[in-house]
Amino acid sequence: MATALSLSHLGSLMRGVRSVDQVGVEERVAGLAKRSIKKASKLAALDLAIRCIDLTTLEGADTPGKVAALCSKAIRPQPGDDSIPSVAAVCVYPALVPTAVAHLQGSGVKVASVATAFPSGQTFTSIKIAETREAVIAGADEIDMVIDRGAFLSGDYQKVYDEIQEVKEAAGRSHLKVILETGELGTYDSVRRASILAMAAGADFIKTSTGKVTPAATLPVSLVMMEAIRDFHRETGRVVGFKPAGGIRASKTAIQYLVVLYETLGRPWMTPDLFRIGASSLLNDILMQIAKERTGVYQSGDYFTID
Amino acid sequence: MALTARPPSELAGFEWEYVPAPEAREIVKIAPRNGLYIGGRFLAPHSGKHFKTLNPATEEPLAEIAEADAVDVGRAVTAAGDAFRSWSRLEPAKRARYIFRISRLLQERARELAVLETLDGGKPIKESRDVDMPLAAAHFFYYAGWADKLEWAFPNRTPRPLGVAGQVIPWNFPLLMLAWKIAPALAAGNTVVLKPAETTSLSALLFAEICEQADLPPGVVNIVTGAGQTGSLVVSHPEVRKVAFTGSTEVGKLIQRSLAGTGKHLTLELGGKAANIVFEDAPLDQAVEGIVNGIYFNQGHVCCAGSRLLVQESIQEPLLEKLKLRLGTLRLGDPLDKNTDVGAINSRQQLEKIQGLVESGIAEGAEIYQPECRLPERGYWFPPTLFTGVSQSHRIAREEIFGPVLSVLSFRTPEEAVEKANNTPYGLSAGIWTDKGSRILWMTQRMRAGVVWANTYNRFDPSSPFGGYKESGFGREGGLHGLLPYVELN
Repeated sequence: MATALSLSHLGSLMRGVRSVDQVGVEERVAGLAKRSIKKASKLAALDLAIRCIDLTTLEGADTPGKVAALCSKAIRPQPGDDSIPSVAAVCVYPALVPTAVAHLQGSGVKVASVATAFPSGQTFTSIKIAETREAVIAGADEIDMVIDRGAFLSGDYQKVYDEIQEVKEAAGRSHLKVILETGELGTYDSVRRASILAMAAGADFIKTSTGKVTPAATLPVSLVMMEAIRDFHRETGRVVGFKPAGGIRASKTAIQYLVVLYETLGRPWMTPDLFRIGASSLLNDILMQIAKERTGVYQSGDYFTID
Repeated sequence: MALTARPPSELAGFEWEYVPAPEAREIVKIAPRNGLYIGGRFLAPHSGKHFKTLNPATEEPLAEIAEADAVDVGRAVTAAGDAFRSWSRLEPAKRARYIFRISRLLQERARELAVLETLDGGKPIKESRDVDMPLAAAHFFYYAGWADKLEWAFPNRTPRPLGVAGQVIPWNFPLLMLAWKIAPALAAGNTVVLKPAETTSLSALLFAEICEQADLPPGVVNIVTGAGQTGSLVVSHPEVRKVAFTGSTEVGKLIQRSLAGTGKHLTLELGGKAANIVFEDAPLDQAVEGIVNGIYFNQGHVCCAGSRLLVQESIQEPLLEKLKLRLGTLRLGDPLDKNTDVGAINSRQQLEKIQGLVESGIAEGAEIYQPECRLPERGYWFPPTLFTGVSQSHRIAREEIFGPVLSVLSFRTPEEAVEKANNTPYGLSAGIWTDKGSRILWMTQRMRAGVVWANTYNRFDPSSPFGGYKESGFGREGGLHGLLPYVELN
């Protein structure tokens, strides 16, 4: 259906996307955030949270050494403890994909690469396509692209749509996560619209943020995106995953995301195939919480590796 | 790409069980046998009779409650009358100080009160903790502020207190209804004799303890417990100058009849059969939350519950699909568990009433839907229920069920929505869901309901008046309007 739509049609379609009530959304997540998750349910949630992490480093100062260290951590978050699972993926800049691929070989941990002029997305489409291709050739299993927020906010939905489609094509068999950068979209209505647009254009996952803009992921924004995923599935039968990223540092916050996920999209989405958390420091907090649940006491940060 | 072809039912996923997270019951001490609070003292009832109060979630007896007879009620009214002489003449700022103190004590002891309310009434702890207790304290706080500003409340008039107020409250929000009644009465300089509902007396008795803690002068607040008979003794006592009742329309009518010609002031807050109206441009997911909050909040034991869902035909199908999905996520069970969304039905009597009306709905041809839901073996329980294919002439569309039962009707135009919404003997509240501001205003002008919520439901604030049209009663509680029934204006 997508390619047949002209600009004006897509525009009116987008403006026809159902609205979101801000007060209602925030009230609902405030209620869900109060769920009391203890003991066995907490341990189960923390285990799932680790398996859903995209362990991320996206700094100008990233080096092969830093990425290599992150890869070891991703494979074996707690050395000597086999009960702690590996994370889902390591997420890096395109130039560091070869390093990550080399270190993750055979581990089952995926390599995700940001692309399309991350984080701003402000470059030529041809360059975004080329960057995506290079990352895939270098071995990225997953591509985290950013949408052109400038085009979206100016109402040029067609441009956003076409670009996602082209990147999807360039990504080939690699999974495509589409970053909406909700912190720049301004309203929940826009978040919902961008979610539908990205899914219609072929996103395998929709993702909240780059982590470079404040606010990054929030619970209300996540609820709006999950509800869009639910509606899109109802309308089209397609199953799209969700990835909150940025600002999720505490186990408690990660559990709140899982609660919202569980009570909105339900059991089928409670898997790394359809849910990821983009984070870096979260992992050690989870390890610390697991140790606390098991032993009853908190341990010093020195017992958890920093990579 | 392979992933997206699979329907979610075939995906592995992960079944997450929330382990029980009960609030500590030990925080509250319940006396095995309770007296009446009269003239600042806890007295054994003259009748010598006591009755049991149960935990509706387990049917286990919690305590014995005194049954006040005519002598007890007479003592309480006399104590209130004696206290009125000094309380009404007390410097208003000092009166305010007592009420502020009560408000602070309610906050300090909120956890204890919340657990007690949940044990005695069956409501989920998350509601007694996050709704009942904060609102009750806020009510006292709000009216404390008016106590020394009554001349500004009624400019160019001289407001004077009435005397002894006889107040009878229901079992759905025991402490909150107590606050709605007592706070404005005291602020205006009246004294009170209050009778809580017989199934939920415990929080009122703990409130009496709080009055002691606040050093409230003896007799300003008196609590007499008992059943309907005691209530009727309170309202019919000749020294009572003002009667305030919240409860069923049936009893409200009896009270109004019995007070005719006595010169007593009366306010009634009675039943409701509110329409929650969803237009096709509404934000659907939030409307679903509002519908759930409107009818399943406090097991539907809410006089302003949105018990009739009026949905525009063009969106009926997706809305009901979403609503049914959402019902499946409601967690019914131990009211003390912090993750419980739907608690126990307040009493066996109420459960039987709900069951009877639900059976009538089925018999009259409406289609019932209940999510899969395991009810505990002991206690009084009813699953969240909705009826589709309901017409205006069905009993479930006309009578107040006062339980977790929603009747779904449809409409085609705004005119039809107004007509159907108003076509009820009640008129307490309504909800409107639309993205169009002008339609909200157009609708509210035409709705015969005391409270109209727009894109939300069951929101309360002490500064906002609450009360009904038609058989939902008269008089307002909350806000400046809520002071008026407790003063005489000269």
